[in-house]
Amino acid sequence: MTAPAGTSAPPSGAARGSGHGNRKADRDGNRPRRWSFTVTLAVLGVLLLASLTAGLATGSVHVPPGQVWGIVAHALGAGGPDPAWSQARETIVLDVRAPRVLLGAVTGAGLALVGTAMQALVRNPLAEPYLLGVSSGASLGAVSVFVFGVSVFGPVSLSAAAFAGALLTLLLVYTTARTGGRITSVRLVLSGVAVAAVLSAVTNLLLLTTEQGNEARAVLAWTLGGLGGVQWDSLWLPGAALLLGIVVLLIQARPLNLLLAGEEAATTMGLDVARFRSRMFVLLSLVTGVLVAAAGPIAFVGLMLPHIVRLFVGGDHRRVLPAAALGGAVFLVCTDIAARSLTAPMEIPVGVLTALCGGPFFLWLMRREARRNTDRGVA
Amino acid sequence: MSATELHVEDVTLTAGAHHLVRDVSLNVRPGEVVGLVGPNGSGKSSLLRAVYRVLRPDAGCVRVDGTDAWSLPVRRLARTLAAVVQDAGADFDLTVREVVAMGRTPHKRLLDGDSAEDNRLVESALEAVDSVGLADRTFDRLSGGERQRVLIARALAQQPSLLALDEPTNHLDVRHQLEVLGVLRRLPATVLVALHDLNLAAYYCDRLYVLRDGEVAASGTPADVLTPRLLDEVYGVAAEVAVHPRTGAPQVTFLPEKARLA
Repeated sequence: MTAPAGTSAPPSGAARGSGHGNRKADRDGNRPRRWSFTVTLAVLGVLLLASLTAGLATGSVHVPPGQVWGIVAHALGAGGPDPAWSQARETIVLDVRAPRVLLGAVTGAGLALVGTAMQALVRNPLAEPYLLGVSSGASLGAVSVFVFGVSVFGPVSLSAAAFAGALLTLLLVYTTARTGGRITSVRLVLSGVAVAAVLSAVTNLLLLTTEQGNEARAVLAWTLGGLGGVQWDSLWLPGAALLLGIVVLLIQARPLNLLLAGEEAATTMGLDVARFRSRMFVLLSLVTGVLVAAAGPIAFVGLMLPHIVRLFVGGDHRRVLPAAALGGAVFLVCTDIAARSLTAPMEIPVGVLTALCGGPFFLWLMRREARRNTDRGVA
Repeated sequence: MSATELHVEDVTLTAGAHHLVRDVSLNVRPGEVVGLVGPNGSGKSSLLRAVYRVLRPDAGCVRVDGTDAWSLPVRRLARTLAAVVQDAGADFDLTVREVVAMGRTPHKRLLDGDSAEDNRLVESALEAVDSVGLADRTFDRLSGGERQRVLIARALAQQPSLLALDEPTNHLDVRHQLEVLGVLRRLPATVLVALHDLNLAAYYCDRLYVLRDGEVAASGTPADVLTPRLLDEVYGVAAEVAVHPRTGAPQVTFLPEKARLA
């Protein structure tokens, strides 16, 4: 039996009056202005293509975009006229720049996805792998493997340890911040920051006291977040983690939506919240761990991108997740171009640049939350 | 799907050493609207939480059509039972239509899109609470009363045969209080609803359970339950109860302390 059917009373005069009031309110700006989902995805797709091209073209040797496409098409096996470029250029584009640009895209997309899902899972708009200390946990895991030289899992040891570090940190921060079934923004961010501070201190201590002095300096640079020096053969793991993340999260978009309604309401709409959250925590830690092992802890991508794309597509995860992934890829590829070229030939760690954008964004978001809560009369 | 029967059998709920609800039994017959009333902290919300499967009883059980609610998968139960809870959602820019559409989730498989039927149910749920005009607005920007109506619409979109509501008339102005309770009254579903306002409870509910300190202090038809003596015992207030000439329902008038002394 359909509950709402047959229950609708004919609108009374008063009801029509309030309907009119609503329409007026809409004109006053209460109706969210949104882009269509398809348009947003198309725009982001074009931006991604453009930023990837720019990423391959930019550097000490400038390669014009037309040539970049020629080289890529040629490498992908597309026929065409004989190459009109030198072997050196091909090597620069395909072996030096392409892995780096792709890692940037993969990392940006992955962090944005993780941030989106985390914000729903802990029901807090300020959640993000870096702010919650999860990236620091992953760093510590990876650095421990490096310093102590334990590599039980062979080449994936770094990623496995980073995953373990990420998961433990996420659980620690989550349980610390949660009291009486509720998490306030303040407690969440504070426990994230405190845990991150301790973990970073331990990481630095390990690196400063290790015997392997020279390599340690390279690792110290990696802890600032950077995409330099990546090879093709270190791309498959982050790529696989991203793919897994996208597929699982898109399948779970509806349950993620339910969490926006609150835990109790989500339960009454058929979601086993505790089980869902623990599975998601494992997935998010896995993606974060692998990405941090590959690119270092890169701050705030997971905070900014979800909020930016929500302005265009609204809050439904079926639309936010793909848009955030594309947006994250564009953002990090572009930021990395800036990191390489602003002070060329010196390189800025890309994590430093994302933090420069992300800090102010965080403050703005915090103010917005405070304003909204005041508007709503919530303390 | 016909209306569902609800049995709460000797349920005890504790928080630490403290009893929230002790040995409460109640039943709601198919199609009945039953009210839970009682002072703040008397255990209404806790009892409802046990019914909609958020608080697991420490003793006793909640049966939905004879089956222990806790033995059912969460999703299965959500196709029968919908709830309006007192827990505000987060700020994530969902439109009202999207919020109401959430109610369809227990009926969807993971990758199903929204069908025309889903959209129709969402529209008629919004119609039922006089909120069609709100459909495209952002949920976070609504007033308290508007939100409450939307949350009720979401529960309706779930097509439940059993509804549990925790003070659904909170934040509503008088007209919308009457409208919302009228909607619940006309539903072909079984309804258990916690209410503050005794006169509304008296008019709209078939039977009432009065809770005090986590126990059932009285139960029966509004006319049986709402007596000056019980109101004094449970709420500690003086009141007069008369049958309203036009509604035929008991009408409670609370007497200020001065009148009580006089």
